[in-house]
Amino acid sequence: MIKTAVIGVGKMGISHLSVLGAHPDVEIAGISDTSKMVLDVFKKYSSFPTYSDYNEMLEEANPDAVFVSVPTKFHAEIVKRVLEKGKHVFAEKPLCLTPKEGESLVELAKRKNVVNQVGYHNKFVGTFKEVKRILDGGFIGDTFHFTGEAYGPVVVRPSQNNWRANPNEGGGCLMDYASHVIDLINYTLGSITKVNGSILKSFFSKNVEDSVFSLLELATGVSGVLSVNWSDETYRKMSTSLTIIGSKGKLICDANELKAYFKTSDCPANYTKGWNVKYVTDFTDPVNFYLRGEEYSSQIDYFINAIQKKVPNNINDFQSAWNTDRVISLIKNSANN
Amino acid sequence: MERILFGDNQFFAVNHISDEKSRAQAIKFKDDSAIIRTLDQAITAGVTTFMCTTHDRIANICDFVRAHPERYTNFKMFPCMPYAHKYANAVTELGYVGTLKQYVPGNFMGSLFKGGVAFLSKDYLSIMELLIDSEMKMFKGIDTPVIFLQNVITDLLLGLGMKDILKAFHDYVIKRYNAEPGYITMNMPMLLDTLESVGIKNPIICSSINKVGFRMSGGKELYEKTLATRTLRAIAMQVLAGGAVPAKEAIEYVCKLPNIESILFGASSKENISETVSLIHLYDQKYQLQEALYKS
Repeated sequence: MIKTAVIGVGKMGISHLSVLGAHPDVEIAGISDTSKMVLDVFKKYSSFPTYSDYNEMLEEANPDAVFVSVPTKFHAEIVKRVLEKGKHVFAEKPLCLTPKEGESLVELAKRKNVVNQVGYHNKFVGTFKEVKRILDGGFIGDTFHFTGEAYGPVVVRPSQNNWRANPNEGGGCLMDYASHVIDLINYTLGSITKVNGSILKSFFSKNVEDSVFSLLELATGVSGVLSVNWSDETYRKMSTSLTIIGSKGKLICDANELKAYFKTSDCPANYTKGWNVKYVTDFTDPVNFYLRGEEYSSQIDYFINAIQKKVPNNINDFQSAWNTDRVISLIKNSANN
Repeated sequence: MERILFGDNQFFAVNHISDEKSRAQAIKFKDDSAIIRTLDQAITAGVTTFMCTTHDRIANICDFVRAHPERYTNFKMFPCMPYAHKYANAVTELGYVGTLKQYVPGNFMGSLFKGGVAFLSKDYLSIMELLIDSEMKMFKGIDTPVIFLQNVITDLLLGLGMKDILKAFHDYVIKRYNAEPGYITMNMPMLLDTLESVGIKNPIICSSINKVGFRMSGGKELYEKTLATRTLRAIAMQVLAGGAVPAKEAIEYVCKLPNIESILFGASSKENISETVSLIHLYDQKYQLQEALYKS
């Protein structure tokens, strides 16, 4: 059994905790949160040991692995503490507030030789994995250009008063929403190395941006557009998509459906020349416990499997998450110029 | 429960495998009259139970049903609570406490915080009961023989091991509403084990059951085995796996399975409604006949 502790039982923390609670190889060693009410509810209705001080929990409960799902501002300090104690760590995204903060975590994780993973769950969504497979196989030829988008109803009225509305705590559309798309682009298409211009625009928020519009360039010279807006109530929930066009075809992909166009019959097996539509059901194996989406369980299964040395620690490691933080920083600088 | 239940995903632009289809539905059902029209079509086809989430628009539908009792004499509704996105968005914006302050009626939350009184654990169940009452308000005067807990909450509690809360929901629905409690889940075998462990026998469980194993946690074989050997009142939903399985194949598979009391489906046109209903009748007749012959 892998003794696992969770630091931060907010919306993401409680979701991870539920998946972990249902996992046959995981024993919950403890949970900690700053909210007395949360700890109270868990004390009464669950069998998880509760702590108001995460340091005390790390000492007393002595877990093998720790999940860190606190506001971004606190990632650096808490993840560092966990790594110093030699525990495997799963951190929520983005890794840190700046790439500088994250650099030392990448290095420390390597030195301590522990499993390290960040919650960019789109890498576990069947349709996006298929996009990577098609691109890696060269089936759309030379990639010309891409559009990476995400829209959702996070801030649809003025006067929000929480950590996501505070730029010093990791708030704002760029860190909280766009980070998912940036990470997905780095993964499927290749590392973003240049940002040719950015607009960070507020619609309802006072102190943070509600949208990110950027012109991007990959190391390979491929160009792209990033368009992210979390003030769009026409979407019931976050909707992330990639559109990629190349010399031999085009892909339009979101978390539910993949539309693939091939100019010729030189295309992957199970696809034909012209338009093809595939659904996430074609690419997703059922998980042993489902909550909100297979990808949330798959990413935790992967983390646990990596600790058990059944798979390599090479999806969503700190290094790749740091790479995303690096691009976030490029976009910030580009918007300020 | 009726053999066939009518669902509401199509009315609220919920399509689990296509955003494009979702948007088309949002446009089609922009007006409440379009929802009513479709419900009437379902009733004409013999489907008189509407299983729906506690979305704000359902309140309007309830108003209409209450105002026209002669049209809806045998009509039943199975409320499914809570409408997850309402609370999830509130938690993002306001945190847990802010959300409770917003949605728990009366001054209950205010009195809990006054004077820094320590939380008495039984008050959390009172909060749950008040939230259930608040969600049920829109259904006053309407026949609601089964009341469901939505899968996001059921499964969250399941993973957290909070089975006492699952039991408290069960007990409150019976005591306060004289109705049967039901649970929607994506983890049917695990939920059945947990409910039995707190003394809930033969529960009503609605889960995704289809030919391709879509959202059947633990795998299709485990579901088939559970249905064949355990005691539960199963409702099959997502029978078409969002559209991934053609209707005929999908329905034949479900009608052939043992121990399925009801089938839940959603549709947005008269043709689709009557096609689905006739296919269910067709395969029910075929397999019930086979079963009768086999037994004799």
